[in-house]
Amino acid sequence: MNKVYPTAAAALEGKLRDGMLIAAGGFGLCGIPELLITAIRDSGVKGLTVASNNAGVDGFGLGQLLETRQVKKMISSYVGENAEFMRQYLSGELELEFNPQGTLAERMRAGGAGIPGFYTATGVGTVIAEGKEHHDFDGRTYILERGLVADLAIVKAWKADPSGNLVFRKTARNFNVPAATCGKFCVVEVEEVVPMGSLDPDTIHLPGIYVHRIVQGTHEKRIEQRTVRKREAV
Amino acid sequence: MSEAKGWDRNGIAARAAQELRDGWYVNLGIGIPTLVANYIPEGVNVTLQSENGMLGMGPFPFEGEEDPDLINAGKQTITELPQTAYFDSAQSFAMIRGGKIAMAILGAMEVAENGDLANWMIPGKLVKGMGGAMDLVAGVGRVVVVMDHTSKHGESKVLKECTLPLTGKAVVNRIITNLGVLDVVPGGLKLVELAPGVSEDEFRTATEATLV
Repeated sequence: MNKVYPTAAAALEGKLRDGMLIAAGGFGLCGIPELLITAIRDSGVKGLTVASNNAGVDGFGLGQLLETRQVKKMISSYVGENAEFMRQYLSGELELEFNPQGTLAERMRAGGAGIPGFYTATGVGTVIAEGKEHHDFDGRTYILERGLVADLAIVKAWKADPSGNLVFRKTARNFNVPAATCGKFCVVEVEEVVPMGSLDPDTIHLPGIYVHRIVQGTHEKRIEQRTVRKREAV
Repeated sequence: MSEAKGWDRNGIAARAAQELRDGWYVNLGIGIPTLVANYIPEGVNVTLQSENGMLGMGPFPFEGEEDPDLINAGKQTITELPQTAYFDSAQSFAMIRGGKIAMAILGAMEVAENGDLANWMIPGKLVKGMGGAMDLVAGVGRVVVVMDHTSKHGESKVLKECTLPLTGKAVVNRIITNLGVLDVVPGGLKLVELAPGVSEDEFRTATEATLV
């Protein structure tokens, strides 16, 4: 089985349409599917709803799709790093659905696992709970949140074998796993496609059943907040 | 109120570090809470959770050793420790919602006498999002808030009722401000400790909430 495609554009071929719901992995700029985002920008597809924890920064990551007005609505937990996002939202050009971070992750996980809804205490008594079903269990109040199923998932992993078994690196795993599972179709970009049999089956983070297409490429991997400490003088 | 009185940012963080207990798993928020890691008492071994998918968060890297795949929830470059484990965001919030994290230390814009917390949004002004704060306050064992007691204009941020959109309802256990320490108890807030040089009168004047 070979799921590897030569370019990001080829890996998305036939899978983009106006108005679709895309789930994207990444946290901040860490582990974002930067090659697929650029290919989506170049495709010109529009009216997108994007479920992603963050919205990139101006000119990089999902910020690219905001600049070109290809995004109609974002489903996110934190969008504070993006001035263009703020401008479009405050002027009413862009819809925004805030989801608490854990609720967004669980909506994706549940959607991918065939669970249409789940109860959580997160957000009870806040604007997040408005209009949602409340239910008490064992003396505590919970709200009903819906599983999320995306038309397309775009994900970044470290390594893949040709069957789509994935390994992630450090905190770049983040939303990539739940986003991948909630896609009806999932395209993954990786730093390296490794030969079949070279990944230890016991260390695979996401099995290839969730992955439909793979593209290998070079990643910029931009750092958002470079923080360092001084070496002790010897 | 004189500037010399009470705790500064580092003083608040050092006081908050006294809340930590040996063996705990703890989540520290962005801002003053991040500084708490610098004041963990001798002999107290805590494991820091970063909600983007890491247990066992280490210090900032040495210059030249930054790794774009290794960041904390504030998107800062960090390092790993011998006990570090990585996981995805769904797993991360499963352990938060599931009550496995003993304590979260978070910043606040406002806090109310019933334990309500507001720290994510100023309508019409600041639209950043709640990130993981709503999940943390709903899920962890104990919520400690660190904050300035009053606004720049001298208005109390320790209120009878929050005016800003809430992060969580009746979720705060303890409040540590530049002026002192308060516990949320039935009927209001209980003064636990005054910061150095702060009188009880000054503390009461700066507090809108009911003190019991």
